[in-house]
Amino acid sequence: MEYPNLLKEIIGGEKIAVIESSQPFKDELYLTVENGEFVRLCHLLHKRLNSAVKMFFAEDLRAKLDKYVLYCVFLNEQKRSWIIVQQDIHKDNPVFATLAKDIHSASLFEREIKEMFGIDPQGNPDGRRLKLHDEVWPRGFFPLRKDFSLPPEGPLAGLQYKFKRVEGEGIFEVPVGPVHAGIIGPGHFRFSVAGEPIINLEIRLGWTHKGVEKILEGKTVHEATKVFECISGDTAFGYSLAFCLSIEKAFGVSVPLRAQLLRVIFLELERMYNHANDIGGIALDVGFSFPAQFASLIKEAILQLNEKLCGSRYLKGINVVGGIQKDVDSVKQQLIQQALLKIKSDFISLEEMLFSSVSFMDRVDSTGILRTKTARDLGITGVAVRASGIGLDMRKNLHSIYDSLSFKVIKEQSGDVAARLKVRCNEVKESISIISQCLEKIHTCPSEFKQDAQEKEGFGIGCVEAWRGPVRVWSRINTQGKIERCKIVDPSFLNWEGLSFAVLGNIIPDFPLCNKSFDLSYSGNDL
Amino acid sequence: MSLNILKNSIKKGRVTIPLSLSESVCLTDVEKMGQELKKLIHAKFRRSLHIREVDTGSCGACESEIIACSNPIYDIQRFGIDFVASPRHADALLVTGPVSKNMELALKKTYEAMPEPKFVITVGECATNGGLFRGSYYAHSGVKNILPVVLHIPGCPPSPAIIIIHLKLFIHNL
Repeated sequence: MEYPNLLKEIIGGEKIAVIESSQPFKDELYLTVENGEFVRLCHLLHKRLNSAVKMFFAEDLRAKLDKYVLYCVFLNEQKRSWIIVQQDIHKDNPVFATLAKDIHSASLFEREIKEMFGIDPQGNPDGRRLKLHDEVWPRGFFPLRKDFSLPPEGPLAGLQYKFKRVEGEGIFEVPVGPVHAGIIGPGHFRFSVAGEPIINLEIRLGWTHKGVEKILEGKTVHEATKVFECISGDTAFGYSLAFCLSIEKAFGVSVPLRAQLLRVIFLELERMYNHANDIGGIALDVGFSFPAQFASLIKEAILQLNEKLCGSRYLKGINVVGGIQKDVDSVKQQLIQQALLKIKSDFISLEEMLFSSVSFMDRVDSTGILRTKTARDLGITGVAVRASGIGLDMRKNLHSIYDSLSFKVIKEQSGDVAARLKVRCNEVKESISIISQCLEKIHTCPSEFKQDAQEKEGFGIGCVEAWRGPVRVWSRINTQGKIERCKIVDPSFLNWEGLSFAVLGNIIPDFPLCNKSFDLSYSGNDL
Repeated sequence: MSLNILKNSIKKGRVTIPLSLSESVCLTDVEKMGQELKKLIHAKFRRSLHIREVDTGSCGACESEIIACSNPIYDIQRFGIDFVASPRHADALLVTGPVSKNMELALKKTYEAMPEPKFVITVGECATNGGLFRGSYYAHSGVKNILPVVLHIPGCPPSPAIIIIHLKLFIHNL
């Protein structure tokens, strides 16, 4: 088999037996390899591209082709495209060799594949389930298999989850959750502490697991868009956009320029209100309530603007495949412009309040450091990775309408709470400038904002740099125009592990601060 | 700096921005309802109603709106409603989400930890009947199958104004 040129450039002189390769889209290269070569090719790509595993998932094709297929997705930053390594898994012997021993970022994905499909990653040292809790779900029932049926009613499974134990003199554990003191999602945090400093933190999630990927199967594209808006409520727009992008690829629809620009405006508005919320949250977690309340006013102002623009405070019901539901007319554009001025000045005051307070800066400086090397190894994304000195941003890493807009990728080097705070503050400023540029461009652009889509069979990756980080969606549509399989990766999925590394050596009272500076999603992670 | 903040707040006076008119509710509604709510809470709960919130699998939008109820614009606390950190301090339990299997036990334990008299309020579409997640292998169809629910606040998510209005109507009829 001839290597695609793209692959040749990356792997150089190495020989890999590629059975099949295809490039259905400009930015997606699919490579099918023998089972024995899968690990080797993934290692090569991981090293040469310097890319963590971005997605790793399975698909049940037993009904048609008598096999499962595994897909492992890497990002080629230089070529701004995805490389997807594919491996067939025999239906009667569902096992594969683990990647996790050398590529840490594959570990959580492998555990997910194991619990959802019953395909065993042989050699992965951690076989514990993530979302189907041992206490309530019996073994041997794999929800994402096509022939899945519910376990029989009866008493709960009653198995126990094993936490990692730290042993030694004077070590004690502090368990927190799943129900927390604040108004927040559920998660269980187990701290192992010696005196004051945290020496280990294990985060157990999955409490809000609702079976989203299974629910999506068999839904029409229109129904699925609604579900996507309810995966993580604060990223409603980012999620529906990522899904629409993936479907637009599958259907081969080109979205009118006006819709693309308006989508950018909404995405940046979402980024701004969430960053305002986070900055306020960081202030609140050190007990500095005046700026916290001030930030909540900024957030409320943007939410009210959202409602005026589209009738929904959380930007729901805007995205449709092929464009957007309703146009934003010149009156509404003016509203945005006026609001931006106010938001900008408010943000400057907010920053002044925070950065000029010595006691506040003392709490955030050098707290919760996530080192660059750790961030890279864990496959951290979004704000957290940029605060640790790595300039990953899907708005730059992929081809999109953002190419026609000028903005900076905000980076900080120190990786502490202060760095994440600064990244957020500066990203808001960039967002304001991006929105202004879009408003200028919209004046001269044709009025068409929706392209009719012809349903057809297909698949594709949709990826959006939402406020937390990249939301990644891979979906396959069947011949009836319904969803066959949909894989969703929330930016929080790998970032939660980053949090458990960042808190090491800090004291428990600083945990809320570290947690808020990452501000991860429970619902998006648990799906 | 703190001097600046002080000067600023004296100079500016009230910083809360007036609620803009949305399709269904406006500021005067919220103010009026809130004042009535305050009187009702004073009479029926001896001055204050304490609420404990539990997320049983919501997407986070309902939480965001419940938090917004306490921001300086709506400021639900001035009407006598407070969100507390422990079920031991609560009169009411506010539940969001369709109740995922993993959260069922935690929800029941939270309810059991509350002192009598107590009641349960649900917020958002998923909490009534599972909403979009109805029929999932891992979610129950709403809270009412697990705990006795006396009030449901509809919306996906309901805005802070809607939450305040529903609470007022409910307490009025109590």
